[in-house]
Amino acid sequence: MAEIVIKNVAKSFGGFQALHSIDLTIADQEFMVLLGASGCGKTTLLRIIAGLETPTQGEVWIGGRRVDGLPPRERGIAMVFQNYAVFPHLTVFENIAFGLRMKKLPQAEIDRRVHRTAELMHIEQLLKRYSGQLSGGQRQRVAVARALAMEPDVILMDEPLSNLDALLRLEMRAELKGVLAESKTTTIYVTHDQVEAMSLADRISVMNAGRIVQAASPVEVYRNPAARFVGSFIGSPPMNFIPAVKVADGKWRVAGITLDGPQTPQEKLEFAIRPEDVEVGSGGLAATVRVVEPLGAHALLTCEVEGALFRAVVDSDIPVSPGDALSLVPKSDRVRWFDVESGAAV
Amino acid sequence: MTAIAETDAARKVEVRSAGRFLFIAAIVLLCAWVLVPIYLLFVNTLSSPQEVTGFPKTGIPSFDFGSIQFFVNFAGVLWALWNSVLVAVLTMILSIVIGAAAGYALSRFEFPGKGTFRMLVVMTRAFPLPLLALPLAVLFIRTGLDDTALGLAIVHTVLALPFAVLITFSLFSGIPIELEEAAWTLGCNRWQAFRKVVLPLVLPGIVASAVFAFTISWNEVFAAAVLTIQNRTLPAFLVQSLNVSPLHLKFAGGAALVIPALIFIFAVRKYLFAMWGIANR
Repeated sequence: MAEIVIKNVAKSFGGFQALHSIDLTIADQEFMVLLGASGCGKTTLLRIIAGLETPTQGEVWIGGRRVDGLPPRERGIAMVFQNYAVFPHLTVFENIAFGLRMKKLPQAEIDRRVHRTAELMHIEQLLKRYSGQLSGGQRQRVAVARALAMEPDVILMDEPLSNLDALLRLEMRAELKGVLAESKTTTIYVTHDQVEAMSLADRISVMNAGRIVQAASPVEVYRNPAARFVGSFIGSPPMNFIPAVKVADGKWRVAGITLDGPQTPQEKLEFAIRPEDVEVGSGGLAATVRVVEPLGAHALLTCEVEGALFRAVVDSDIPVSPGDALSLVPKSDRVRWFDVESGAAV
Repeated sequence: MTAIAETDAARKVEVRSAGRFLFIAAIVLLCAWVLVPIYLLFVNTLSSPQEVTGFPKTGIPSFDFGSIQFFVNFAGVLWALWNSVLVAVLTMILSIVIGAAAGYALSRFEFPGKGTFRMLVVMTRAFPLPLLALPLAVLFIRTGLDDTALGLAIVHTVLALPFAVLITFSLFSGIPIELEEAAWTLGCNRWQAFRKVVLPLVLPGIVASAVFAFTISWNEVFAAAVLTIQNRTLPAFLVQSLNVSPLHLKFAGGAALVIPALIFIFAVRKYLFAMWGIANR
């Protein structure tokens, strides 16, 4: 039972405000991903939960216990670091056993847990080796095994896959998901990789400039971005944005066509649509194709709509070539609207 | 045209070989600068007293231990040797305990005046010891530290400390902070993490830094000569008896001072390079 509650946590380094009043609740056994560009405060938030950083204000609760005054060792957490932090002077076995020895567990129990977690991470054959004799991927496995062996309430991961090559990252991602689901711990996972976030998370907290912009399920974050930032950050390619002007109540003029939209007092909004949510038809947005990138089943079109860049993903059967004029019809249930000033969803 | 090109090429070869000659000459000169005195020291130490004062020289040691025997049996030498070891060991312990603590603080913590502190650590070497000797002697006589091993060790610690701080600072900076943080999350407090993770990793470097402190104290002569009378260290003892002792005693004494220093410095050289920012692994 380890629900994590973060209340009004803020952190400043000198004059720089790294985190602005964060409130977040992470349910027991939930897999929460903190996603954001570098410097958005996601690692700072993780380190505050771990106890490696002291918040300037606010409270951190883990499993109903207030922990922000406690040192890391008393918080019931285990952490996996970006550079693995495998102790170079100890064997893999002693690395995994390190925390267990600190807990003064009996030798038999230490043996059992080390072998179980080593088996889980497929590193049984490496137990006698030193860190210098391991590859990056193997070190990563040792770091995860060391965290799991602690049987913690909470596992904190700081970009654990970012130092691995692409193929290995894919493999470890799937493996991590399985292992962590089985371990029934609450997990907080920091990454700047949206694909990683999408594939692992129960819930994603998108962070920007020291604030949580949206905390929701991966599909929700993708389909219904709470803010323009989320739409532009998540998705590859990201959402398209076109300025919209009100022509009547609930009617908006977007790039020469009139669309049904929200009934709001604002005179201007921003129209947004994902690249895959447009169809080639008639009476839609007038676009001039600039670049065509065939991707197999689909083709990525980079077009120009009213002088601005607009990306569309269309079926690769549709014959288009650079210079063609197309009419792109947005799927009406996938259109989103954002406030011009605040960037909030309308 | 071709003739010009040929002379041009010839000149280039000439310039290159001249540069090469200069380079090699400089190396030979530097090696000689260091090695010739050491060689003469050894030759004379390993020769009989008659050979040391005799002429012509053979330049080859006769491996006669007469000089060394005379040196060891000379009144006060063994006592001075013991004093030297005692002072050097005390210096080593003091400078490592204080130096490592300062080095750790410099590498791990942010505190006001950090830059100034680093500067001041090095600045302690800027004060010439002769300038400090008299006030120090007065102070030591008042506090009763004069003519004691501890008193001299304190002065030597001041001399060795800048090096201890800078070496340990670079050692600790070479250990990723994440290793310590990982240890904290795995149940260690700050001290346990230091003892179980950081210390084993920096131990070779700490030993090197300790040996260096030992060597500084071992070779230091001025403070030793001023601050001790009965309990002289070996260098001070030799300086004191310089004009009254025979030549072979001087050579044997010189060798006794040089050999440990030479061996120690050779053993720890790669860590001393680390101090100057050159990679040590």
